[in-house]
Amino acid sequence: MAKIIVVTSGKGGVGKTTTSASIGTGLALRGYKTVIIDFDVGLRNLDLIMGCERRVVYDFVNVIQEDATLAQALIKDKRLENLYVLAASQTRDKDALTTEGVERVISELASNFDFVICDSPAGIEKGAHLAMYFADEAIVVTNPEVSSVRDSDRMLGLLASKSRRAELGLEPIKERLLLTRYSPDRVEKGEMLGVEDVEEILSIRLLGVIPESKSVLKASNQGIPVILDDESDAGQAYSDAVDRLLGKDVEHRFLDVKKHGFLQRIFGGRE
Amino acid sequence: MTQAEQNPVFQLRGSMLAVTVLELEHNDLERLDWQLAAKVERAPQFFSNTPLVLALDRLPPESSELNLAALMQLCRKHGLCPLGLRATHPAHLEAAYRLNLPILPGMGAQPKTRPLPPSDESSAPKPAPPLEPVYKPARIINQPIRGGQQVYTQGDLIVLAPVSPGAELLADGNIHVYAPLRGRALAGIKGNTSAQIFCKQLAAEMLSIAGCYKVAEDLRRHPLWGEATQISLEGDTLNLRPL
Repeated sequence: MAKIIVVTSGKGGVGKTTTSASIGTGLALRGYKTVIIDFDVGLRNLDLIMGCERRVVYDFVNVIQEDATLAQALIKDKRLENLYVLAASQTRDKDALTTEGVERVISELASNFDFVICDSPAGIEKGAHLAMYFADEAIVVTNPEVSSVRDSDRMLGLLASKSRRAELGLEPIKERLLLTRYSPDRVEKGEMLGVEDVEEILSIRLLGVIPESKSVLKASNQGIPVILDDESDAGQAYSDAVDRLLGKDVEHRFLDVKKHGFLQRIFGGRE
Repeated sequence: MTQAEQNPVFQLRGSMLAVTVLELEHNDLERLDWQLAAKVERAPQFFSNTPLVLALDRLPPESSELNLAALMQLCRKHGLCPLGLRATHPAHLEAAYRLNLPILPGMGAQPKTRPLPPSDESSAPKPAPPLEPVYKPARIINQPIRGGQQVYTQGDLIVLAPVSPGAELLADGNIHVYAPLRGRALAGIKGNTSAQIFCKQLAAEMLSIAGCYKVAEDLRRHPLWGEATQISLEGDTLNLRPL
């Protein structure tokens, strides 16, 4: 049975889709059969970030409404053997998703894959609720600023109370924090919340810190998940996060400003 | 008489109930109307069919012409259900009798200056022995309480994890938070003025005891902001003390 992981945040624009694409790609790189589902019905971004937008024929809603089979709708990644994408529909809205339909698709995927990554839409409404409802684990993507932290906190409350695991009284969803767009020099100047501040407010385990990086935007525009860019600090940070997700103990990088200058950190690599 | 006929069909049991008391200080129903409306707006969930005792024993003696029927109607309009009356004035007692409204004995919270009822009256029935108070166990929460979540308990509330901004704790009794308190904490919401709030790190958005409150804007200037604090009600102001 696959592990079902939701990538969620509450707030929009914090890097959920970038994270879904990179974590999914990272798991596939390590040999796990992985599928990423775009739950953002009506907007559809994941296929662009994954660079498969020209090969979308059938989408998630088609499968839910049984207009197409999963085999027809799954898009195989060109770069990696065991990576698949299930795209969102652009012509429908989130009301096209039903709990029964999502459950059927996820359980079918769960029996064929090692990991099912659910890329949640922003907000706390139907789309976001269904994306997290069947999850075993959650990656809560947060930017180091107050409104993002507040929305993540709200989402953590929903994960603990409105998910299938919560409703059935099973072991709760394993929650992990992924801090994105982090820039240590701005933390030092007091313009941005530090890792410790966010960890303290949200009180959940830290999966990783992704530094603010130009390589993320470049990778998105090219349709290549940033984790495939070995040169970039963001790519390396995502790689570490995937290892931690798989249970490895990896030290956090790209946090330090005291010993290194900003440029040194970018070009000098690890401590 | 057969055995079956002797089997009791009922039992009389005493029970202690916590009930809200509306103590009327002035005979001004118009002012009461809009002041009640304002209260209801702040906490609508606690004003839906809430049982209530009307206390008229604090009214000045010259307000004997109080329209009890209108007062009852006003209460019901705001979602309060009067169960009975606490009154001493003969005019009030007579009005209650006409409306079939039970008269309840004065509460322990009455000012001590009030004369005790004469105990040497031979005709007065012997008072029932005092009943054991109903024990309400505290509610204990180990998980963080996140923004948007609301927790209510009738007794004491004990939280062993952080309370996030935007979360709301409500208790009829005391509130203890053995972690940072960043949300709202409302103790003694049914009017218990002796309720208190205890927290390990004061960072609350709002603190309230029996309806008297302070918001973060006032609290954050206090030297105990961020510290372990005990909050109690003295008169009608919240008093903060280091723990």
